[in-house]
Amino acid sequence: MKFTEEHEWLRPEDDIVVVGITEYAAEQLGDVVFVELPEPGTTVTKDEEVVVIESVKAASDIAAPADGEITEVNEALADNPGMVNEDAQGDAWFFKMKLSDASDLDDMMDEAAYKKFIA
Amino acid sequence: MADLRRTGLYDLHLELGAKMVPFAGYEMPVQYPAGVMKEHLHCRAAAGLFDVGHMGQVILRPLSGDVADAALALERLVPMDLLALKEGRQRYAFFTNDAGGLLDDLMVARWDDHLFVVVNAACKAADIAHMEAALSDAVAVEPVTDRGLLALQGPGAEAALEALAPGVAAMRFMDVASFGSAFGTLWVSRSGYTGEDGFEISVEEAHTEPLARALLEREGAAPIGLGARDSLRLEAGLCLYGSDIDATTTPVEAALLWAMQKARRAGGARAGGYPGADVILSQLETGPARLRVGLLPEGRAPMRAGTEVFAEESGGAAIGHVTSGAYGPSIEAPMSMGYVAAAHAGIGTRLYGEVRGRRMPVLVAEMPFRPATYKR
Repeated sequence: MKFTEEHEWLRPEDDIVVVGITEYAAEQLGDVVFVELPEPGTTVTKDEEVVVIESVKAASDIAAPADGEITEVNEALADNPGMVNEDAQGDAWFFKMKLSDASDLDDMMDEAAYKKFIA
Repeated sequence: MADLRRTGLYDLHLELGAKMVPFAGYEMPVQYPAGVMKEHLHCRAAAGLFDVGHMGQVILRPLSGDVADAALALERLVPMDLLALKEGRQRYAFFTNDAGGLLDDLMVARWDDHLFVVVNAACKAADIAHMEAALSDAVAVEPVTDRGLLALQGPGAEAALEALAPGVAAMRFMDVASFGSAFGTLWVSRSGYTGEDGFEISVEEAHTEPLARALLEREGAAPIGLGARDSLRLEAGLCLYGSDIDATTTPVEAALLWAMQKARRAGGARAGGYPGADVILSQLETGPARLRVGLLPEGRAPMRAGTEVFAEESGGAAIGHVTSGAYGPSIEAPMSMGYVAAAHAGIGTRLYGEVRGRRMPVLVAEMPFRPATYKR
């Protein structure tokens, strides 16, 4: 699994990656009450806001971790946004995307580096 | 947070794992490890303990010795009938300004020989100065600085407090009474800011933390932070001073007329006689241009404070704005309150809140969003 400084995780699965936010980020956000997901098929560029999350505290955006195309979104989150707090790095993934350049992953942090980053 | 004040429960908050934030000049717990959502639901299901020791407690002692004189004096500053307030009872009130706006909202309790008021933390210095300037010919204004203030709210509040202060169970909503206890003399009111049955308890400084600990040891009692306090009061349709009401909102616009008794309205026994009475009474006659209303978004996205409200899905100028907005854990939906032009304030009117550049449908709705469970 790879991590970004924006507290996203990326898990490669065949030729796509699954993207979510880290448990650390979920805890900082507090109870999540609303998630707005992009349309599958949307072409996104790195740092473009693709997901809106509202917690009991505030609204935040999730940016695309790299250039690519959204292939699937986790519809279950729309009905049960609290999943983000319960299983941020498992069932509560946000979207799957096909990276324009799979080597973008190489520049991202591994788990050890991310742990150091949030320490 | 060097310049911030602390209540007597500061160490207890840290021990309980609270996240502390600056609030009204104090370092206060915004949440405990359970988090806002669980704290909110816990308060509605069992009992929640809140530290409200940052709020201002003030005794108004009549110079004449007759509490009716203190009541009459305070009537100069608030559009309430305080003469009719019976001993052992409390009433919601607000200080008005010359423009008919609101300087603060407060609770006024009538005791045997004095009035006891509780005001908002952020306003307390100004409120005390305001009362001293206006009332000193009739009352001594005595800030109470040696007592803490706790709120215990929820269906389990009565049993928890009754165990420590026998007799409180007999109180009704808005009653006030004092009780001897192992924690000194408690000044108790059956009221709160959550829409739940519950109590606010003024307790001597030295006994504040022991009382808080003893209450937390009762079955079902848990500490609740400012985060859940805000979603609880919003579900209950209660105003937050500084957000939903302020110096620019009149009681007529703020839909707080229920708190203005007949005696202080046109034709009443003591009509007017408070700052801004001309503005307020004429607005009462003609109707306000805007009104505070409840707003229930049709979608799931919360509409937070500052969200502009429109009459149409596209085009046109804003006809109002949201002053408080959050997710309501008990109603399991987003909820807001705000001001809209009177022509659009009818219950059931579909309006549009602009969230992230898109107009989302929202219905004008009755408040409270969740019915209160006061013990009347």
